[in-house]
Amino acid sequence: MSAINVQNIRSLFPILHQEVNKHPLVYLDNAATTQKPLAVIDALQTYYKVDNANIHRGAHTLADRSTGMFEDTRKAVQQFIHAAEPEECIFTKGVTESINLVAQTWGRKFLQAGDEIIISYLEHHSNIVPWQMICEEKGAILKVIPVLANGTLDMAAFHQLLSVRTKLVACVWASNALGTINPVEEIIAAAHAHHAVVLLDGAQAGSHLEIDVQELDVDFLTLSGHKLYGPTGVGVLYGKRALLEAMPPYQGGGEMIKEVSFEKTTYNEIPFKFEAGTPNIGDVIAFKHALSFVNSIGKANIIAHENMLLQSFTSGIHQLNQAFGSDQIELYGTAADKVAVQSFLIKGKHPFDVGLMLDARGIAVRTGHHCTQPLMRFFDIEGTVRASFAIYNTVEEVNILLEAIKKIVNK
Amino acid sequence: MTSKELQDEIIDDFSLFEDDLESKLFYLMDLGKKLPEMNAEHKSDEYIVKGCQSKVWLFPVYQDGKLYFEADSNTEITKGLVSLLVKIWSGKNPKEILETDLYFIEKIGMSRMIGSQRSNGFTSMIKQMKMYAFALVKE
Repeated sequence: MSAINVQNIRSLFPILHQEVNKHPLVYLDNAATTQKPLAVIDALQTYYKVDNANIHRGAHTLADRSTGMFEDTRKAVQQFIHAAEPEECIFTKGVTESINLVAQTWGRKFLQAGDEIIISYLEHHSNIVPWQMICEEKGAILKVIPVLANGTLDMAAFHQLLSVRTKLVACVWASNALGTINPVEEIIAAAHAHHAVVLLDGAQAGSHLEIDVQELDVDFLTLSGHKLYGPTGVGVLYGKRALLEAMPPYQGGGEMIKEVSFEKTTYNEIPFKFEAGTPNIGDVIAFKHALSFVNSIGKANIIAHENMLLQSFTSGIHQLNQAFGSDQIELYGTAADKVAVQSFLIKGKHPFDVGLMLDARGIAVRTGHHCTQPLMRFFDIEGTVRASFAIYNTVEEVNILLEAIKKIVNK
Repeated sequence: MTSKELQDEIIDDFSLFEDDLESKLFYLMDLGKKLPEMNAEHKSDEYIVKGCQSKVWLFPVYQDGKLYFEADSNTEITKGLVSLLVKIWSGKNPKEILETDLYFIEKIGMSRMIGSQRSNGFTSMIKQMKMYAFALVKE
């Protein structure tokens, strides 16, 4: 029995209460972006109506207020991921920028020709391309952990890949395409044993899993605000202080400097060294309310509810296949340990067509390669249909999806 | 039938479903299934329509002053879409094809039915067919 009241939670999300194509909206595209609770929407409005001012160095009341709220979000992020100090939490515009920041600063300073970076087959393009770019520039080599048929990493192969040449392991915590939760503790321990640093892409993990960066002993962690019930345009890069301090700045400009002269510029302390220019103040301030929303429900309750939804979907698919007498619906990503994401294909139906037919019934899913083209090639498919669940989804919605899938198979 | 009469027929057929988007899509897929099978030799990369997310093949045949089309797609809905154009234009003279105003697209609520990405692909099919017609008119 779920410890939460989903209807109460749904009442906090105005967008869910609408009809799409004459059917009640069933929003199952949460791995792409989650909807925003009223508190986040209100915070954005209030910021622009009441508090708007540029932050830091302002001598007036509004600037002081905005600065305080902006830095409050940093503290909230620190607590959310259990970082040692707020200064280790850098605001970016999203996970993509967070990863590029590390590749372009840490990578530029510490990578040399012949060094190796290990990523995995499960990576989103945003955790592939930045590393390819810096490897090309530095003459470093990109190695890839293979994936097994059920969507888990081939950990034996991973241990084989590690060597004295390994400088960094960049790995997704929870796969956006398949939902697989990777054994990050094992990955971090093994990488550290080889003196390699570890970056975890937490884009999907953020809204689903408990995060304690100190317990994990992870070196870098990235988070996406908009996949965590917050506004778009806010991301986080967590890094251990020693690493962040050793890294050169990312972009030059205001805020990131200590002193500028035409002869020489000295740089600000972390986190400001990495936050050049006016940041996304309003969205960062509103993001705090998204974190409060998640905290108010509790990760344990979120995990329990979402697992229940995932289970009822996958068992519903098995029942449908049984009723059809053959596997008309194929599931991709069947690891035991998963976040609430399920990719699937219907026999003889193109995923785009399935997406359109589901949309005709008000059901929002994602179709395509999910920015994981190498992974799709591994499965020898063009793409999948992906349903991804959030805290506000219900068993009734899962059943609506199953019913629609049944009709499409029968078509 | 003229291309105008054929468009009116399509509009009539789709009007039966009123606002039922799902039935419209299912009907479109049925239309695709009725499309005559394309000659396998003509299903080469050369005849893939550029600008479509799905694969669409269009092969023109010019005979006795009229242009005929063979078509296929790897997705059912897209195949239904191209079948509408084949229905309207196959067997018409190139000049008529070039001069056709495809008003049925708006009348059947195409963009709401297939979304903007697919609509762009559909426009690419139309352009490709008109290109074939244009090449013949120039000759």
